[in-house]
Amino acid sequence: MSLPNPLEKLRQKLFGDAVILFGWISLVLLILLAIAPAKNFFADWHRYQRGYQRLISKRSDAFTLRRHFEPGIQQIWLPEMDVVDRCTTCHSALKETTLADVSIQPYRPHPPIPHKAEEFGCVVCHRGQGIATSVEDAHKSTLAWEEPLLPAKYLESSCGQCHQQDLKGTPQLNLGRKMLRSYGCVHCHTIKRPDSTVISATDDPPSLAHIADKTTREWIFAWLKDPQAYSTTATMPTFKLNDDDARDISAFLISSSTPGSLKVVQASLDTAKKVKDNAELQTKASSLYGESFCASCHAVQNAAGNLVGGNIGPELTKVGSKVKPEWLQAWVRNPHDYDPGTGMPHYRFNDQEVGELTGFLLAKVDNDLLANVHLDAPTPEQIAHGKRLVNDYGCASCHEINGLKRPENFAPELTKIGSKPVNQLAFAPGVPHTLYDYIGAKIKQPRAFGSSLKMPQYTFTPAQIDALVNALLSHNERALTIPAAKTVPAPPPSHYEPAGKAGQLISDLNCFECHAINGRGGDMAPDLTWEGSSVQRDWLVQFFRNPNTLRPALIRRMPKFNLTDAEINTLTDYILTVYQSPKVDRDSMPLAGYPMAQVELGRQLYYSKYGCQSCHIIDTKQDKGYIGPTLTHVGSRLTAAWVYNWMKDPAALRPGTQEPKRNMSDDDARALTAFLMSEKGSEKQEAKKR
Amino acid sequence: MKRTACILILVFAAALHIGCTQHAAATYSLPNPTAYGAAIVESSGGKQVAEVGTPLPQPLVVQVNDDQGNAVGGALVVLHGPNGIYLDPAAGLTDSSGQLTSNISMGTIPGRYQLTATTTTKAGKTVEVKLEEIALGYQETLGSQLNDQYCARCHNQESTPERVSNYDNLEVKPHPFTEGDTLNKMSDADLIAIISHGGPALNKSPLMAPYGYTLSKSEIQALIAYIRMVSDPPYGAPGIVYTQK
Repeated sequence: MSLPNPLEKLRQKLFGDAVILFGWISLVLLILLAIAPAKNFFADWHRYQRGYQRLISKRSDAFTLRRHFEPGIQQIWLPEMDVVDRCTTCHSALKETTLADVSIQPYRPHPPIPHKAEEFGCVVCHRGQGIATSVEDAHKSTLAWEEPLLPAKYLESSCGQCHQQDLKGTPQLNLGRKMLRSYGCVHCHTIKRPDSTVISATDDPPSLAHIADKTTREWIFAWLKDPQAYSTTATMPTFKLNDDDARDISAFLISSSTPGSLKVVQASLDTAKKVKDNAELQTKASSLYGESFCASCHAVQNAAGNLVGGNIGPELTKVGSKVKPEWLQAWVRNPHDYDPGTGMPHYRFNDQEVGELTGFLLAKVDNDLLANVHLDAPTPEQIAHGKRLVNDYGCASCHEINGLKRPENFAPELTKIGSKPVNQLAFAPGVPHTLYDYIGAKIKQPRAFGSSLKMPQYTFTPAQIDALVNALLSHNERALTIPAAKTVPAPPPSHYEPAGKAGQLISDLNCFECHAINGRGGDMAPDLTWEGSSVQRDWLVQFFRNPNTLRPALIRRMPKFNLTDAEINTLTDYILTVYQSPKVDRDSMPLAGYPMAQVELGRQLYYSKYGCQSCHIIDTKQDKGYIGPTLTHVGSRLTAAWVYNWMKDPAALRPGTQEPKRNMSDDDARALTAFLMSEKGSEKQEAKKR
Repeated sequence: MKRTACILILVFAAALHIGCTQHAAATYSLPNPTAYGAAIVESSGGKQVAEVGTPLPQPLVVQVNDDQGNAVGGALVVLHGPNGIYLDPAAGLTDSSGQLTSNISMGTIPGRYQLTATTTTKAGKTVEVKLEEIALGYQETLGSQLNDQYCARCHNQESTPERVSNYDNLEVKPHPFTEGDTLNKMSDADLIAIISHGGPALNKSPLMAPYGYTLSKSEIQALIAYIRMVSDPPYGAPGIVYTQK
């Protein structure tokens, strides 16, 4: 029919005959069938398993290693954890500790950790796609999967999914969690733990209800523009306000302020004025500042530019440029009058002392700070605009401001931030498209994500940002769904409140800022939960009168509060009756009268067998130990029952103490107790004098 | 037809070539040195310790000197490190005081990371200084935390404002954990014994207290892992030393 054409000829030749056609189709089928095994043969995991076998074949323990090796796709399946992990297919040597010298992945054994892969799988900690069997799919974001492997510096976040309390091995996560609370993140962002408790803030931003009593509009302006210019340690972030905005906010804050009840004593003000401008009186006042141990909480920059002092209260280097003299003298007299919730204790200073300290602090001036701030009287429009800005920026989330309510959920909730899908994030230019890079960049420079955003600029170091990213990544979907049996909840917060007159004193002196009692309070000073079993009454009374430190190397010390005898009695009685340990009966052993032989035995044990002098001083001439408290007066300070029980197990009485448990026999403990109780310090010296 | 195809293929090939070469050029552009030194030394920042993947606490500073020992500004310094370590910057010209400062983040594998900093002399010879930084894994991190809490007061001679060293107060001096010459000779079993049962367990001073009733077995293991990691010279087989191939 048609013209003989070369193609037609070819077709005839190849497919014209049914048998030949059948042959061709069989061939095609065979090739198709071969694709699957070939793909398998050339798969990543197959190549790695062959590589592993080559690697172990050259080692001396090849036989054992080969016996441990299981070929084919390996899988850890934990339905209750939602884990299907095939990582061990290529990472064949995870458990082979003899391969510790191998540095090529995927053949490195896993470094020692407290958990087993069979119980937790791999992706619970490392993220990535456990189900994948190719390198790319398992480790990186792909079109279908967007969970890349977690970089090493964020691994600690995974511990935080189950462990809600601080762990010793996760310093970064601990720091990040602490910062979430102490830098005020949780004032604006709600974050719930998996047990649905809300994380609370530990910082205490001051109330602005009576701000006009305390400081000037000029200072507020300068502070709003750049808090760190006033104090390098300020935790308040910068809101990047322009001059007009800062002017209007300062106008609003001053106009919204109502007068508090400042107790102004003219005598103190006069003293302050004298001390402020007199170098000689300054020196005298500075020793009062030192004796009162203000530096235990407050830092001041020295001439070399280093901060000296604690970080519990605000830095005082430029405080004279900030506060008004009337406010400062009232604050030094009793800070609770201005701010009932303040952490600063109520020292019982007399008017003269109040004046001296006020004058001393008022002289701490930075003349450059407010030199260029000139503000005209505000117009009503400016005040109204300031109020609008204060609302927009959510200032009331942190600060109490007259006429404004604390906004609820001012910023997005971050309970599931650690598993937020990448496709829901709006990345700033230049930020790699991963969740952790997003969080890090957002903390580092929030406004890079859009100039209209409200999140302020913090001054964090890169290490601090990494710590925060760790803490935030731990708040994710998996943390909320992990079976309760596998999790370790946070210890419930303590709302312990001491009762009665002593309770009032304890809150007036803000003991909880430094000391913990029954799980509430700070960790700067010793835990006082069992103090009633520990100390003798006379010593405690004397200590309240004149607290001298027990530890020679300690810089931060307990201040002298100038308590009255009645107040000291109230506190002492309360401590001795209420803060008793059920394990120690304070009257079960005598305070003195131990046989001389037992005391001598104790002395020998102290110096030879137990080497206590490495940390403690008993004989000020020969002992030099600087770690534990000085024991020269221990016999008139502690109860014998406490000393005995302490010898047996120190950590049982004060968890976390540095003193190790010695597992000593009852006899040794008794002899040491006898020796220590014989060290009565001053009494012995007085006896010598006589 | 054929000619068009040929031209198209040529154009594609050219585009591919240009694309690739430009990329390569961008990766390897080094600044031109304006001066040449004779020697390179570490100024600060060597032998630091950080957790895997995290930045070192202090930047690494190396200095280029001339043959008189004076600092040379404008000399080119190139840093090399094993895979995984992040150098920022990895190369640059020294500043007016002859120094190059680089921020370093450790890689993902715990161990010792050897770095080399090189500079070229006028004669075109390459001189180098070898440096070492240490990355801590989970176990060593736990050990370093325990060290801070229980050991460092006596075993670390350095005092800080927060922590006064007790080293000088002790009659028998403890060995700092970096003292590899002594500690490397002790087996793990010996270290476990002295930590658990105190100095007398190895006929040493009772000033070293026993911690076997205070620390758990795994905590003592972690402490030993930390001690082994920071010891100088390094402990054990050099297999765990990562250098660039």
